Amino acid sequence: MNLNNEVILNAKLYKVGGEMDQKEIEVLQLLENNGRLETDAIAKMINLSVEETEKLIYKLEEEGAILGYSTVINWSKVLEYEGVTAMIDVKVTPVRGLGFDKLAERMYRFPEVKAVYLMSGAYDLSVSVEGKTMMEISRFVSEKLSTLDNVLSTTTHFVLKKYKHDGVIFDDDDDDKRIVVSP
Amino acid sequence: MIDQSTSFLSDNVVNLKPSGIRRFFDLASAMDNVISLGVGEPDFVTPWNVIEASFHSLEQGYTAYTANAGLYELRQKIHEYLKTNFTLDYQPEDQILVTVGASQAIDLALRSVVNPGDEVIVVEPSFVAYAPIVSLAGGVPVTIDTNPDDEFKLQPQQIEAAITPKTKAIILCSPNNPTGTVLNKQELAEIATVIEKYNLLAISDEIYAELTYDEPFTSFASMEGMKERTILISGFSKAFAMTGWRLGYAAGPSSIISAMTKIHQYAMMSAPTMAQHGALEALTNGQKSVEKMKTSYRQRRNFVVHALTEMGLDCHLPGGAFYVFPSIKKTGLTSEEFAEQLLKKQHVAVVPGNVFGESGEGYIRCSYASSLKQLDEAMKRMKRFIADLD
Repeated sequence: MNLNNEVILNAKLYKVGGEMDQKEIEVLQLLENNGRLETDAIAKMINLSVEETEKLIYKLEEEGAILGYSTVINWSKVLEYEGVTAMIDVKVTPVRGLGFDKLAERMYRFPEVKAVYLMSGAYDLSVSVEGKTMMEISRFVSEKLSTLDNVLSTTTHFVLKKYKHDGVIFDDDDDDKRIVVSP
Repeated sequence: MIDQSTSFLSDNVVNLKPSGIRRFFDLASAMDNVISLGVGEPDFVTPWNVIEASFHSLEQGYTAYTANAGLYELRQKIHEYLKTNFTLDYQPEDQILVTVGASQAIDLALRSVVNPGDEVIVVEPSFVAYAPIVSLAGGVPVTIDTNPDDEFKLQPQQIEAAITPKTKAIILCSPNNPTGTVLNKQELAEIATVIEKYNLLAISDEIYAELTYDEPFTSFASMEGMKERTILISGFSKAFAMTGWRLGYAAGPSSIISAMTKIHQYAMMSAPTMAQHGALEALTNGQKSVEKMKTSYRQRRNFVVHALTEMGLDCHLPGGAFYVFPSIKKTGLTSEEFAEQLLKKQHVAVVPGNVFGESGEGYIRCSYASSLKQLDEAMKRMKRFIADLD
């Protein structure tokens, strides 16, 4: 390997100072897109050493900018898997002094609840629930969710098919349609 | 029975040398499990809003010819785009022509200005089409070999050395295919001085203008005194990932654009209407997509340059386009041998540098318009290939 060449190249690739925030954002975007991206590859892409990149990722984890690494799974490809998702519109009366936050917490602590959002418009909280069967979700809604203090009403919508989730298109045809060599 | 058909062919075509890319395409196409870094186009699909706008135009019944020069609204948008991005001022009425890809614009430009025997300077390594199109237009291509020690940047004195009384024009391409080299403002200004001194016309292929990663792009036509003697060639293929739409444009002095339009109206009528409607959307709402693709290209460029350097191949950091052009001289192989053996042993396709001109010998063109996953695997295979050579 021509070490001399590498040093010159790196000197050109590295920009001096002041770019750290930009690099942090780049790392976050890269990892958001692919949580399994190897540190070595990230380092090469953003022109940092592997050690610097590791440090940077660790810092982002410590600061809570990176909360975790998950995998997008198309469960409909798994024949043995049975599962149902429901989106539930919840109307509530906010608790004095605590607003919606306390109520939201009482909901998101349930492991069945996968997402909770405070919404503008016709209802207050949007709650996403996963269960094995429709029965299981119905029971959860009627026994746990609608019986909470301050919950006025619930409307449950079952998901029939997932087309796109968190920016990922399910059943996307990503074949390369280009000819193999072109000028 | 003897096939007589070849006797009908014109000398022009018979004498045209076949593209070196063709042979390589045949080789690579015949193999399975090939990772190709030999593709000269984006790996992204055209942004959805552009596709959707084209659908919409079809639904609305826009299926007829447009004006020869292209939809007026599109020329107006190109005018605004060139003005905002590159401080160029071309009138949509008579200084902009919408073409079937930048390729047709190059063809029209040369056919409009070349008299039989006129010399046109082609700066190599270069896109494979320039010299053949010069020949087809009746001109004589004169090549300048740029030097790897200058990062393949054209030097003004090289132009002076190539000039004869017959020299009419020079074809420039920055950012460059295949080297990725970008000429900065200062370098362009020096070239402009020579071009003015010898009263040459510049045909400036700026199809990769949007894809520069380190410094903002400078258009050659924006150099002092150059607008009057430059035909600017650009298009939608590379920036907006629209290669298959075949849509480009030329901008230049009205006399030349009007001559080009004259040929275009007889030979082509007009560029595809649905593609023009897509392009209109690309220029109106496409910048965000361009930025996103650009970020990705930049990251992948860095990745590939680091990976190639790590495996011991020398390569300069290319400032634009989506190609790196590493030297393979250390391996002792020719470009063709390297590319062919790499393909056969590791199923990675790259383009041998010599197909872009003699000065490309000893180099290969690797496109980084591929997913990081593909690039990563390709680099691993190349590393193995090089290790096995020792």
